[in-house]
Amino acid sequence: MASRSADLKVEGLVKRFGEVAALDGVSLDIASGELLTILGPSGSGKTTLLKVVAGFETPDAGFVRVDGVDITATPPARRDIGMVFQNYALFPHLTVERNVGFPLEMRNVARPEIGRRVAEALGLVELQGYGQRLPRQLSGGQQQRVALARAIVFNPRLLLLDEPFGALDRKLRETLQLEVRRLQRRLGLTTIFITHDQEEALVLSDRIAVMNKGCIEQVASTTEIYERPANDFVADFVGESNIFHGTVTEVGSVTLDAGRRLLIDHAAPVGSRVGVLMRPERFGRGANSFNGEVREAVYLGSSVKLRLACDDGLELIVRQPAGGPLPATGTRVAVGIEPESIHVF
Amino acid sequence: MVGFTPSVGDYAATSPEDGGGEDFMKTRGFLPALPALILLFAFFLFPVVRMLGFSVEAGTLDWYAKALGEQLYLQVFWNTFEIAVFVTAICLLLGYPLGFLIATTTPGWATLGFIFVLLPLWTSVLVRTYAWMVLLGRNGVFNRWLIDVGAIADPLPLLHNLSGVLIGMVHVLLPYMVLPVYGAVRRLDPALVAAAQGLGASNWRIFWRIYLPLTLPGIFAGSVIVFVLSLGFFITPALLGGGKVMMVAVLIEQEVHQTLNWPLAAALSAVLLALTLGVYGLAQAAARQEARP
Repeated sequence: MASRSADLKVEGLVKRFGEVAALDGVSLDIASGELLTILGPSGSGKTTLLKVVAGFETPDAGFVRVDGVDITATPPARRDIGMVFQNYALFPHLTVERNVGFPLEMRNVARPEIGRRVAEALGLVELQGYGQRLPRQLSGGQQQRVALARAIVFNPRLLLLDEPFGALDRKLRETLQLEVRRLQRRLGLTTIFITHDQEEALVLSDRIAVMNKGCIEQVASTTEIYERPANDFVADFVGESNIFHGTVTEVGSVTLDAGRRLLIDHAAPVGSRVGVLMRPERFGRGANSFNGEVREAVYLGSSVKLRLACDDGLELIVRQPAGGPLPATGTRVAVGIEPESIHVF
Repeated sequence: MVGFTPSVGDYAATSPEDGGGEDFMKTRGFLPALPALILLFAFFLFPVVRMLGFSVEAGTLDWYAKALGEQLYLQVFWNTFEIAVFVTAICLLLGYPLGFLIATTTPGWATLGFIFVLLPLWTSVLVRTYAWMVLLGRNGVFNRWLIDVGAIADPLPLLHNLSGVLIGMVHVLLPYMVLPVYGAVRRLDPALVAAAQGLGASNWRIFWRIYLPLTLPGIFAGSVIVFVLSLGFFITPALLGGGKVMMVAVLIEQEVHQTLNWPLAAALSAVLLALTLGVYGLAQAAARQEARP
């Protein structure tokens, strides 16, 4: 399947529904062949953004450009964008073959050519032999594959995925995530993936754009988003976190609002207000030590999650490798964290 | 209605410790419905059976032979069938776009549309038919207006002929087409339309390839209701047809009131009933066929 993948640029998108701004000045650049995930809680505007890119909503302000061409006013039928909907939106009265062939039929592709390309697309999603079935005769995962085949069969310039794994069980979801990733890489297809599931975002993406209240909080690579979030919202939304605020009292040391001093590996000038993030799995031994009492201990299989009430007044979430008995509530423990494991923002 | 009895039976069967449970459950469901059942039996089922009984009272099927053998009566049945087909077709052509519009427009316009569709439904058929007589007559509102604006010189024959009957029947039966179509369009997942758009379908193709096939059940239901109701229509053809448009129900009324030939009226009624049930049965069978995976 020949790729004619494009780059996408959205600039200053604004979309209001009454008083609410679903998009409040959103700008994004997506390179050709890249998979960008838009991650955000429900109501953050991520679905509206997707609808504007697909052409189902007209923005109040801003532009959508594909390969430099402004398509803001182009109707969806002429955008050449493949999309997989949340509930797949397969046509219930058409067979799998006719569903997948639909975009080709709409483009007046010749019958034999349609047959060949449909077979190829069904092969890519490993659904050979299912062509004559109706969507309702397929499992959820198979329906999802059909939707994917239908979205890529016409060599779209962009692929949009709107929470496509939401309705599937965990095991199937993980399989399909990897499959989508493999397919997307193989076709080199510029893809926007929408999800509220941060784990899914970390698995799939080249880059992640975290959205909140119609704005983009941070766009960065997956590791960057997780290790070096730009603000409280991103730190809190992606992964588990211990976030505190404080003032830099001397270079390499911050005094938290609770009074505790932490050694940090960061050159923030003295007197500046900063946030610090300590990921629960980063605790072990380290220059910053905490003594406290276990308030809650949860066994998670590969690890144990502890909620600690520290003597200095801080409350910490700490993850430790599982092994040995689960500490009882009230047990006193000591943990530490190295300055370079603390992210300062 | 039919499904209720077995489900009660299933429930009763799950409590085997109570031997008479099943009978009790059935009786308990039966008792409160008794007054209505007596009413229906005494004033509906019994008169129908008694009336149909007239047709075979002589101990022969002669009246059926007459009803089904004589050219005159066959012609009336054919007329009735033809008018029902016309009415159904016109209702479909007018009702589908209207139902579609009400289902897809903004809530405000939809409410207005509903008022237009439902208000006539709540008005007596007799009142509406008389209103049409006032509108359609030689000296009626329409003809006078058309002559006033100079569109025609002589009044159009709109009353006491087929056009009058069709206009009146379509007006009465249109809601029965609009409502199922509305329901079918509303049930359609809007994501399917968005998907088709995104995949490159023009509005025209979205209609033919998505809306039309997926609203066929609504079209089918509306058509069956309108057709079946048309077969037995009486007031509208009697008044707007002025005796010139003969439908079976009008003929039966004449046999009962004017020629006082009750056995023939009964035989005609039986044939009409059988025809109607036949159409209904075929429709049900077709719907079941369609519903099979």
